[in-house]
Amino acid sequence: MKWDEFFVTGDPLIYGADVSIALTLIGVIFVLTYFKKWKWLWTEWLTTVDHKKLGIMYVMAAVMMLFRGGVDALLMRAQLTVPDAGFLDSTHYNEIFTTHGTIMIIFMAMPFLIGLMNVVIPLQIGARDVAYPFLNAVSFWTFFMGAMLFNISFVIGGSPSAGWTSYVPLAGLELSPSVGQNYYLLGLQIAGIGTLLTGINFLVTILKMRAPGMKLMQMPIFTWSSLITSVIIVFAFPVLTVALALMTFDRLFGSHFFTLMDGGMPMLWANLFWIWGHPEVYIVILPAFGMFSEIISTFARKTLFGYKAMVYSMVVIAGLSFLVWVHHFFTMGAGGAVNSFFSITTMLIAVPTGVKIFNWLFTLYKGRIKFTTAMLWSLAFIPNFVIGGVTGVMLAMAAADYQYHNTYFLVAHFHYVLISGTVYACFAGLHFWYPKMFNHRLNEKLGKWTFWIFVAGFNLCFFPMYFLGLAGMPRRVYTYGAADGWMSLNVLATMGGVLMGIGFLILVYNIYFSFRYSPRETTGDPWDGRTLEWATAAPVPFYNFAHVPEVKGHDAYWIAKKEGRAKEKKPYKPIHMPSNSGVPVIMSTFFFISGFGMVFSWHWMSIAGLIGVLATMVIRSFDYDKGFYVSVEEIEKHEQTTE
Amino acid sequence: MDAVEHSPNTPLEYQSETGRLNILGFWIFLGAEIALFSTLFATYFVLDGRTAGGPVPAELFEVKGVLIETFLLLTSSFTCGLAIHYMRRHSLKGLFLWIGITLALGLSFLGFEIYEFVHYIHEGAALTTSAYWSAFFVLTGTHGAHVAMGIAWIALILIQLKQRGLTPDTSRKVFISSLYWHFLDVVWIFIFTAVYLLGMVM
Repeated sequence: MKWDEFFVTGDPLIYGADVSIALTLIGVIFVLTYFKKWKWLWTEWLTTVDHKKLGIMYVMAAVMMLFRGGVDALLMRAQLTVPDAGFLDSTHYNEIFTTHGTIMIIFMAMPFLIGLMNVVIPLQIGARDVAYPFLNAVSFWTFFMGAMLFNISFVIGGSPSAGWTSYVPLAGLELSPSVGQNYYLLGLQIAGIGTLLTGINFLVTILKMRAPGMKLMQMPIFTWSSLITSVIIVFAFPVLTVALALMTFDRLFGSHFFTLMDGGMPMLWANLFWIWGHPEVYIVILPAFGMFSEIISTFARKTLFGYKAMVYSMVVIAGLSFLVWVHHFFTMGAGGAVNSFFSITTMLIAVPTGVKIFNWLFTLYKGRIKFTTAMLWSLAFIPNFVIGGVTGVMLAMAAADYQYHNTYFLVAHFHYVLISGTVYACFAGLHFWYPKMFNHRLNEKLGKWTFWIFVAGFNLCFFPMYFLGLAGMPRRVYTYGAADGWMSLNVLATMGGVLMGIGFLILVYNIYFSFRYSPRETTGDPWDGRTLEWATAAPVPFYNFAHVPEVKGHDAYWIAKKEGRAKEKKPYKPIHMPSNSGVPVIMSTFFFISGFGMVFSWHWMSIAGLIGVLATMVIRSFDYDKGFYVSVEEIEKHEQTTE
Repeated sequence: MDAVEHSPNTPLEYQSETGRLNILGFWIFLGAEIALFSTLFATYFVLDGRTAGGPVPAELFEVKGVLIETFLLLTSSFTCGLAIHYMRRHSLKGLFLWIGITLALGLSFLGFEIYEFVHYIHEGAALTTSAYWSAFFVLTGTHGAHVAMGIAWIALILIQLKQRGLTPDTSRKVFISSLYWHFLDVVWIFIFTAVYLLGMVM
């Protein structure tokens, strides 16, 4: 292989990216060296098993990926603004919509939510860490390395271009001979390991690590949503693992699962992909529902309306999520009976979702509402998500779907649910729990600027797409003719996209601005919160709780405040904490090396990487480190400085 | 390490908080493994019969070899149970003996399976032959790879047992690996029935 096959060449955009990647790397290395921060980086971050720090790293990585996916989106909008534009050619456009979709779902939405889950869940249930802190670090680093492997594709070897769904035969070896598709398969496979481990970890954490007295039906609703999400992860992700492995076998070792020849069956891929893929969209929406519930309840200053109905509706949604996958390909040849079945199960999902919408509205009813940034995002979510949901029911009608299928109507629908559901929730949750992560609030004024600009931009970008779809504009086309008459709505959409970009930049500036100028927290309870995470000190000590809290009902911290128990002093006891470990980051680096070798079919490299992975597992198995105890004196010292 | 009271009858592996958490977590992991093998079985059934004019399973499958494999693996599950029985009685010697026999049976199973695979490939049925054989080799191969991983894993635990004796930690590891081993046995029963028996009669 020659160097100009290894590196992607010939496109000025890519050269620009090469330069900026190189400059960023040099800059990071320079700063770390100049300020002598390498050791700090290693001991405080790379080897940490603290759920709060891992959560912060998840969120930071997700914001980076939001940037990457957002740039992809703006490139697409630039190309589609006017008819017959020549900004991107068809191949480049295909690569960009593929990486945009994959990155936004797998490497942005999920890690953002999992990051917030990491920060919040142990605090909400009154625990000192997750059930398996070491495994939690493995989860983060495998996600991170998988994401990096996927992301380097556009400068080394070429991006995948078969869409985030990677339907075969398009994604097969004959029609996608470049290594791009291998990046997709290996990047997702490695990141998927981390997600599965996260599912197991949070399931056990929530079932077994709750503070004494917290019954299942007294758990904060975000904890409930995370528990249900974990169950979905445990049963959905193995399907993706297998589907990716089978396509990898097809492409690298000549098997015939999805090929057109020798008995292979392309539709098998579509089914396997969506048996994972549909539960996946609930993996990214249920935690969002949980966050909105917490935020609406806090800022309406009322206990959540219909708590039990909220829990049961999430359980029903989780069950139904495994029974609707065919609605993603109603037009791909299933019979009338099959389509009817999946049409009905799909429409059924609107019922529990509607229950939740009404519960949020009734929580707001007669509440003394505080319009914080987090609350604004939650309030905007309700009408926007309803638009997405209603158009979803339209798409669920199999017969009507033959009209909407593969048009911008669908694109508008899923952006309405994914952005106003998941992305609004990420922003809302980020503002809400930011004090628990960084011990200061995000600036409210800048936050509200982001909110108004982003929400206006979002609706301006995606609402016209419904009409573009009804006017017949197909998705995934890289250009259209002037005679099609789609230009004016496309111009509006691009303007909306630019506004969203500006909103994002203000958010990033807000992070910097608040780091510099926001007053540091002193109480640990900036929003007059209801659940246990607000009972921790500011900043949150690494052991979270000096005393394990006692829970006497739903909204445990609210009750404690009302009963005057919030700041009780009791004698401390030594606290057991897990030790840091370098194994997760090293193991994941070997995963990266092995995956990179597989991408290029350099089998010596993939085998060497796998041996590295196994070696780190053996090292871990022989490690009998049992963590350490934080002494009473140290706790006292900590508690004096933090309060 | 933990303040929870336990009766003297509580098995060693359940006495520590870590032990209880890890055992529950492993059960959930086995749930994920069920989803994984279910997907492989579903793939196998979908692609069943799609031999593209190449060799069909009924021509190649032989009762004898498969029965031997089944006998070896099922017996190994029994001896694995005996090993846990001796562990519960704090007999390190009994534990070593029966785990050793379990590993030997597992290794012989792998030997027969590899021999079987090589035989099929010689007869012209390989991963690349047709969709059916792709599904066959990946389903049985994934199971075989799990058995190989299990053998290596349990061997490592034996070394740790030798170094440290029976502690809540080592007994937890033995117990969890035994859950894994029994699980592979269950999967094999489905492979034996759904792949080999059906493949021979259909």
